[in-house]
Order: sequence, then structure tokens, then C-alpha cells
Amino acid sequence: MLRDLFWLPAKSDWSDAFSAARKLPAPGAAAKLRELANFNIDFLQTVQIDRALTKIADAARAEANASKPIRLAMLGSSTLGHLAPAIRVAAYRRGLWVEIFEGDYGLYRMELGEAANPESSLKKFAPDVLLLALDAQQATRGAADDAIREMEACWDAAKRNLNCVVIQQTVLQTLPPLLGNNEHQLADSPFTIVARINELLRPAADRAGVLLLALDVFAQQEGVRTWHDTALWHRSKQEVHPRVSHLYGEHVARLLAAIRGRSAKALVLDLDNTLWGGVIGDDGLEGIVLGQGNAVGESFVAFQKYAKALTTRGIVLAVCSKNDEVNALSPFAEHPEMVLRRPDIAAFVANWQDKATNIRAIADQLNLGLDALVFVDDNPFERALVRQELPMVAVPELPEDPADYVATLAAAGYFEATGVTEDDRKRSEQYQANAAREAAKTTATDLPAYLRSLEMKLIWRNFDRVGLTRIVQLINKTNQFNLTTRRYTDADVLAKMEQEANSRALTLQLRLTDRFGDNGIISLLIGELDAEATLWMDTWLMSCRVLGRQVEEATLNLLAAEARAIGAKAIGGIYLPTKKNGMVREHYDRLGFEKTEESADGSSRWRLALAGFAPHPVLMETIEGEQANDGATRPGADLLATH
Amino acid sequence: MAQPDQAQIYSQLTSIFHDLFDDDSIVLTPETTAQDVEDWDSFNHINLIVAVEAKFDIKFKTAELEELHNVGHLVQMIERKLAAKG
Repeated sequence: MLRDLFWLPAKSDWSDAFSAARKLPAPGAAAKLRELANFNIDFLQTVQIDRALTKIADAARAEANASKPIRLAMLGSSTLGHLAPAIRVAAYRRGLWVEIFEGDYGLYRMELGEAANPESSLKKFAPDVLLLALDAQQATRGAADDAIREMEACWDAAKRNLNCVVIQQTVLQTLPPLLGNNEHQLADSPFTIVARINELLRPAADRAGVLLLALDVFAQQEGVRTWHDTALWHRSKQEVHPRVSHLYGEHVARLLAAIRGRSAKALVLDLDNTLWGGVIGDDGLEGIVLGQGNAVGESFVAFQKYAKALTTRGIVLAVCSKNDEVNALSPFAEHPEMVLRRPDIAAFVANWQDKATNIRAIADQLNLGLDALVFVDDNPFERALVRQELPMVAVPELPEDPADYVATLAAAGYFEATGVTEDDRKRSEQYQANAAREAAKTTATDLPAYLRSLEMKLIWRNFDRVGLTRIVQLINKTNQFNLTTRRYTDADVLAKMEQEANSRALTLQLRLTDRFGDNGIISLLIGELDAEATLWMDTWLMSCRVLGRQVEEATLNLLAAEARAIGAKAIGGIYLPTKKNGMVREHYDRLGFEKTEESADGSSRWRLALAGFAPHPVLMETIEGEQANDGATRPGADLLATH
Repeated sequence: MAQPDQAQIYSQLTSIFHDLFDDDSIVLTPETTAQDVEDWDSFNHINLIVAVEAKFDIKFKTAELEELHNVGHLVQMIERKLAAKG
């Protein structure tokens, strides 16, 4: 039976716990239901949780209040209603609350067209995300090109009328082949057309900035016959079988989490029996099982390779092991079969403290929230402890056979992303450079001397299309140093750039380089000019990696100059509190703004008159970038070459 | 495993009804029909059949579902299919 969420732990007394949860007052029930959603539940249990949540919707929304609700519209050519509960529950598993609009089945084109009318129900719903699902029967009424054109027309209508993120479901291969193994010889067979559509869909979606829900790929894991039942199709026009609706929901929720920047960012690894077989402290370098010539040893190599491959797309690795540090480090330095080496590990913690405490320390060291961590440990005791102490950390249920580690971690989909930026690819290097900076800091006698020794350059540009992916990614994932935590889509950001072109707004993207390397884009600002010539800071966010390096002061100096250039007389600061951004409550105070307003909810407004503003002294150069190209020829790279 | 008797099938079916319709007061009799259970609409009917198929590891034919008219009939069909499985 692979129809389940096997990376989540099983719970034998789930039904009793569910009944007990139902009897709690709403807020307690909401928290408990989230916990119960994080077990290996089937479709019926998923429906049960959804019904329970619907009855305490206000409390459930509050439980998921780390981010604002996601408004999802589902439009398709077949029945989709049975998938909505699964999407809600899978999102809730991650602490996201989803409001769903279900289109009338088969009327999706009409509804998209009508969304031009402000009175249409879809337009009024104002979706953040639109999910388009085309079934195989519908998709193969014409040639593959026709289907692609139709989808493109839908995407256009969605962007024009709804201005929302679009997710297009790929086509499930439910149709029978006519020829067999060499079906492709028959270009107009429905089977070949589905294959061709899915092939064409990839580049078409990329061109249009549309995300895919790759149903064709992930249904293969359990097989199309598990996902689709012809009898059910004839009976109820459900293309996706209800028995796998919870898997479908999981995949949609992963995409929604990725859109909101809520996917995991770091993988925290145990060592003994997780990265190698045996116990390094007992068995020694020669005794641990790792490497070729032994099936178990090869399994561990394969797992290390997978972890290493994840770093190339931006996932940060950490080690959390109960070991003497010397023992824990020795395989990384000396074992010839190790794939992972010490520089691959951004945070290395090996001691005898409990793992929950150590994982907290790792999160601090990496400047990441606990909900950005995935913890992998072969020991059920450690997993249970971390789940209990740190419920926000994702802890997959690791199978007993190390041969299955990779498949489990991959199936869990914790690291879902909507794209990969150049910064993602370089993240490991950046963390290594950070470690080098820390080392330099401990040898420097005073802070100014240290900062000077870094030879920092702050390179700025207005927002541009080249940097758009990274800009949207930062806007959606930065939680801590984020004054307003306003989340924007590509379209929103383009609208701000449009405003800027009319001198009604100012956008800045900042890159920081130093002698240890390029930190990438580390800060974004969006200001909007009002009629009184105050530039209100709609967005000011910064990566925590560069805290304590006077970047805030240097940024303000730049902001003041640029604000004057577009005719601003003052800068207006806005602070909107969230669970995570307490660190910037006094940000504007520290920069010399005056508080003009404070509300009961903790939000505040600030003002800095530009007439009397004198730039803060800072120990870095501020330079306008030639081009904010995320590719190889970056201004940062050029500047570094001169040192 | 011994073949479950009618009483056991009723008991397992009742627990599916309780979970699916979120109502522990539902009591099933052979005469129970969709009219008697709140929320037993065509949408939940599909879920019910899928849940029954999963629970008993059986599969109904399209034609069988077309003629299904009450709980007693459903239990008979389950019984027959379990017997056929051996």
C-alpha cells in the first residue's frame, strides 16, 4: 500500500485522539487537529479533519496565523470538489489556511472570461492562486498544440482578469494506448497527444511564468491505476480517485507553501546510522559501514549524495549528533568514502546535549526559523523527542532500511521550490564565507577594525526584470528582518516598478560583497510617495546573514539620497508586528526616525525629515550597480576580482 | 481470517458512517437509505463507497452501484464479495 503519506508517523490511537480533540474548546482543538494532520492519515481521516476544521474555522485560521490565508480558486474540466478538503488539510498540516473557490465543473473558460467583470463570483473571490486542471479526455479533443494554446489563453485571461499566481495541472495519462510500446509512432493517438501536451507544457509554462502541478510525474509513484478509476470516471467524472485525494492535496499544499516561501531551507542530519552504518565512537573509522562493495555501505553513500545534491539547489546542511566532536568530525576529514565533507556542513553540532536544544542552536547559527528545518535521524527516540519539543521542525519517519532513506526524504517534499536562483546555487558557499567571517571577527580586536577589514561594498539597483525571481522569493520568505511582511507576486512587483517609472515610487535591491565573497541580494526596499512628498516605506527587509554590519545605516544613507532625487521631503516608516519580526520593532528608532503613531496592535509609524538629515558614518562603499544580473557577470564578481 | 458475520459488517459499516458523516448517533438498519442520513448526498456517497471498498478490500461493479438502494442491500453485497474472496 503506497497510497499513504508514509513519511509521516503512524498513530494507532488516532481515532481516539481525534474524538478527544473534537471535545476541546476551539483554540485547543485547532492546535490538536494540526498535530493530528501530521500523521500518516488516509483519505477518510483527511475528510474527518476537514469537517472538524470547517466547524471551528475562525480558531483554525488563527492557529495558522503565521501567514495570511491563501485564496485558491480551482477551475477544471472535471469534478474537483472532492480534492478541496485534502488541499485544506494538507495546507493546515503546514500551518497554512486555504480558502477555496470551486468553479462549476466544465465552465472554467467561461468563468475566466467573465472574471473581467468585477461582479463575477470568481473576480469577487479575488484568488491569490488559480489552479487549472484539464482532464485527459478534454485535453485530447484536438491536437497537442490546440490544448497548449487553450491553456495559454486561460493563463492570459487569469493574469489579465485576476492578477494571480497560476498553477496548471499536467495531464494525467489515463487513456489507453492503441499501438503499445511504440505508441509514439501514432502521432494522433490520444495517448501520444497526452504525452506531447505534457512535453510542450514545460517550456510553455516557463515562458508564461506559470507553475506546474506535475500530476503526470507524481502519479507514477503509485501508478495511474491507483490514481484513476475508469468506473469512477463514468460515475462521477472524478479524474483523481478520492482514495488518493490526500496525496493530491499534499502536492498542491507544497506548491502553496513554496509560493509563500514556507518550504524548508535546511536539512539537519544525524550521523551514526544516518550518514554511515555503525557508531563512529565505538566502531572507529575502519569499523563504520560506508562505501562500495557492501550494499548497506552503498545505501549510505547514496543518501550522502542526495544530501550533497540538495546543496546545489540551495538547501543548507547541518549536523546534529550525540558524539564527541573529534569522533564526529573524523570521517568527514579522513574516511575515503565520505561524499560529504566538513565544508558541506554549514552548522556542525556534536555533543551530548539533547537534540532539541542543539537544533535550536543550529537554527540560531543559520539565522533560520525552526520551521525551515528538516531533521533526519534513524533513532525513533530522538525523532519523537524533537517532534514533541519542537513541533515546527519537520521530522520524517525514516524507514529501517537505509536503502529507503533517499526515497523517503524525496517523497516527503519538504524542499519544494518554484524555481532556483543563482543565490540558491551559491548558498553553501555563502554559509562557508560566513564561517570565515566569524573566524575573522574573533581575531579582530574591535568592531570597526573588523568591519573595515571586510572591505564591504554595497551595490544597489532599482528593481529590474532580471532580478525579479530573487526579489519575489525574498519578499515571500523573509520573516525576521521585515518591517511590514507584505507578500507580493511577480505581478505585484511589476506594478511597483511601473509606479517607479512614473516617479511615484522608489525600489531598491542591494547586494553586499566583501573580501570573503558575494552575499547576493541581501536587502529590498519599496517606498511610495504620497501627495505630501513623504516616501512611505511599504517594504524594508534584509537578510539576517548581514546583521551587525552597518548595512541598515548605509541603506538609509542611500535611501535618503534617492528619495530626495524623486522629490521626497521626508521618509515615512511603518512597522507591522508579526510573530517573527520582533527584532525590527525599534529599527526606525535606531536610525533616528521620530515615532508619530503607535497602535494598540503594536504597529507604529515613523518619520524622518530629509531637510536636516546627515548621513550615518559607515565602513563600506556604496556603489550603483552596472547591471543586477544574477548570472556570472555580476558587478560584485567584477569588483572582487580587483582585490 | 474468519469471514465476518453480518453483525460485524454492520459494526464496521457503522464506524465508517460515524467518521464520514461526523455523527456518532447514526444507527444503521437494513432499511436505512440516503434520506435518513444528513449529508448523505451524491458527493458523500462516492466517499462512502470508496471507504467501504478500502475497509473491506473489495471492489463494486458499476452496475451494482447503480442498483444499490439501502444499507441492507449494501451489507448483502459486501457479504457476497467477501465470501467470493474466500
